[in-house]
Amino acid sequence: MTRSIQSVERATAILRLLAGAAGPLRLSEVAGTLGLAKPTAFGIIRTLRDAGFVHQDQLTSDYSLGDGVRHLHRSGIDPHDLRSLATNWADALASRTRLEVLIAVPERDGARIVHHVFRPDDSEQELRIDEVLPFHATALGKVVLAFSAGIASPSPDLERYTRRTLTQRAAFDVEMSRVRERGWADEHGELTPGVGAVSVPLRGFGGLGVGAVAVSGPLERVFHTVGAPRDGIVAATASTAAAISRSLGVHA
Amino acid sequence: MSTVIAAIDQGTTSSRCMLFDRQGRTLSLAQREHQQTFPRPGWVQHDADEIWRHVRRLVPEALDQAGVGVRDVAALGIANQRETTVVWDRTSGRSLGPAITWQDTRTADIVAELVARGEDERIVEITGLPPHTYFAGPRLRWLLDRRPGLRERAADGEVLFGTMESWLIWNLTGGVDGGVHVTDVTNASRTMLMDLTTCTWSETMLDLLDVPRAVLPTIRPSGEVYGTCVGDLAGVPIAGAIGDQQAALFGQTCFTPGDAKCTYGTGAFLLVNAGTERPRPERTVLPTVAFALGDDAPVYAVEGSIAMTGSLVQWLRDSLEIIETAPQVETLARSVDDNGGCYIVPAFSGLFAPRWDPDARGTIVGLTSYIRKGHIARAALEATAWQTWEVVEAIRHDVGLDLQSLRVDGGMTSNHLLMQHVADVLDVPVERPLVSETVCLGAAYVAGLTVGYWADLSTLAHHRHRAAVWRPRMDPAVRAHESSQWNRAVEHALGWVSHPAQPAVP
Repeated sequence: MTRSIQSVERATAILRLLAGAAGPLRLSEVAGTLGLAKPTAFGIIRTLRDAGFVHQDQLTSDYSLGDGVRHLHRSGIDPHDLRSLATNWADALASRTRLEVLIAVPERDGARIVHHVFRPDDSEQELRIDEVLPFHATALGKVVLAFSAGIASPSPDLERYTRRTLTQRAAFDVEMSRVRERGWADEHGELTPGVGAVSVPLRGFGGLGVGAVAVSGPLERVFHTVGAPRDGIVAATASTAAAISRSLGVHA
Repeated sequence: MSTVIAAIDQGTTSSRCMLFDRQGRTLSLAQREHQQTFPRPGWVQHDADEIWRHVRRLVPEALDQAGVGVRDVAALGIANQRETTVVWDRTSGRSLGPAITWQDTRTADIVAELVARGEDERIVEITGLPPHTYFAGPRLRWLLDRRPGLRERAADGEVLFGTMESWLIWNLTGGVDGGVHVTDVTNASRTMLMDLTTCTWSETMLDLLDVPRAVLPTIRPSGEVYGTCVGDLAGVPIAGAIGDQQAALFGQTCFTPGDAKCTYGTGAFLLVNAGTERPRPERTVLPTVAFALGDDAPVYAVEGSIAMTGSLVQWLRDSLEIIETAPQVETLARSVDDNGGCYIVPAFSGLFAPRWDPDARGTIVGLTSYIRKGHIARAALEATAWQTWEVVEAIRHDVGLDLQSLRVDGGMTSNHLLMQHVADVLDVPVERPLVSETVCLGAAYVAGLTVGYWADLSTLAHHRHRAAVWRPRMDPAVRAHESSQWNRAVEHALGWVSHPAQPAVP
């Protein structure tokens, strides 16, 4: 049988203590009440603070329950914080791959684009911010559906956009487990004929998916003729996602 | 390894070095922050010696990061915070007193005295600049007044003056051992000591500010080989120097009259290329030198600076506490459909271009029970757009330059709602370039052109790629109504401070 994790037990005790306290508590009070050494209590309480579950007063340094507890159901990052943190990384990815870069966050009906960097080839392009992409027909949608919490699966009727759209539930379920297994998704003209994309998840606090980053462009610039992504595209997108995820830190 | 261009951006809070390849792509970036000290209210100063220690290490750091040797550096270009003033000892090589920064207002009395003596008109005629604490000349006077005997030593050539690029070039080229004492013309145009028509030091201004000529650097074009580095960077030609806002204009490839850029940071700086003839705007926007390449005629720009843009968002975050982070202003603003009739005029310390009213103070008008914090957030973003519009209108009216588009950079360009609103109120497309480090890029471009690393301006224009374009889509009737509402809101902010009027600052 698996042993329970002591630090998780202690974390829940700290949350209960703060929830029941008459006012903010000092670190020494928290440690004393629970019989913990101060450094131990500090390590746990700081982690909870970074997760948003504990609030620390800036002036007194005292601790109380954070907004994250009340808003447990509200997961994810503010999309505008995400855009601000991601801009430089996304620009570099566009410059490196010569492809369009899109960042999206989960919504009920699909993946909402929150950031868009044009393909650096001076072709006419329109900003696609706020467009909501279907889960089943886009790389961003698949990744957002596969890695984020609290999203219902798309409705049983999978709408057809092109002849390559996956409209069979069974086929789509197979595709989703493939995406979860290898950690990234691709799109081969399933929403727009001739347009391809590769997408990887953005991870927030604790590894939960908070969004997705994708590179997109004409099929032949994203994939080899045999269908595998061109060299380095997945790796470049993944390392960009990792860099953005790191910078998300406490914001997620 | 093919060769690279190195660029230094000596800024207000930090210095950075970036390397660029022939396609204008970034290869590496090294950065160091320096101390800012605030010894009295309104005083903001740096330690020039510390900045030089940082800069001399930054270039080797950037080279290491990119795996490039000193021999691979085809040229070095410098961009710098403008108007920040240093004097130093030619013999010891040490700075004499603090580097007084562009935000510092300690020269208010010197400026007020010039105005009281009725020199206002003459100064504008010669330098293009209305007397203001913003500029370097009065700071030089303050430094020379401050230390007994310094003016005499300056007259004997023992003391040197410069803005930051002069200080860095002198040190990089050997300092006490044959350092080259020059300033670039864009920086010189911000001293209030230069004749803007001839681009030479003005005898009249030197007399007015009691500045001995021997203290001054030689005014050189922005693109020219000033000298060769010694020490760690031995052999690297210093081939360009340019003020940071002008560098951003150049980095955004605004090479044709009417090309415009705006940098949105805590404040905003809008510059428009005005061609080779000195522009003579009313006292709304400032004429300045945009760049001068080798023997070519200098190209002018007009500039409008806006005091509060990003700092208004910081105020919503830190003082009103209605947002947790600056980017969340967009989240809050999107919680409502429009400004609900509410307008914020962020004249917290007066208004800059084009109103120039130091007695204006911030105001929020149009409050009703309907107004929620989302409306306040929206009004704050709209204030940035409308202030940009005022500057653009002044340039259109005074200089006859019509913008075809606005190229933007700076932190606030990641605010989609704001950028769309700027496009809407200006009624021109707003474009964000893929390389966001336009200041370093501009310095690199100037230096690279000088040594022939890049053939010409059109080669550089080809490097520019758009990362985003916001197209105007506001109904003209709405634009007309909102602009008149904005103007009415500003009327409420003007002249609010009720002390007996100080001598007019611009």
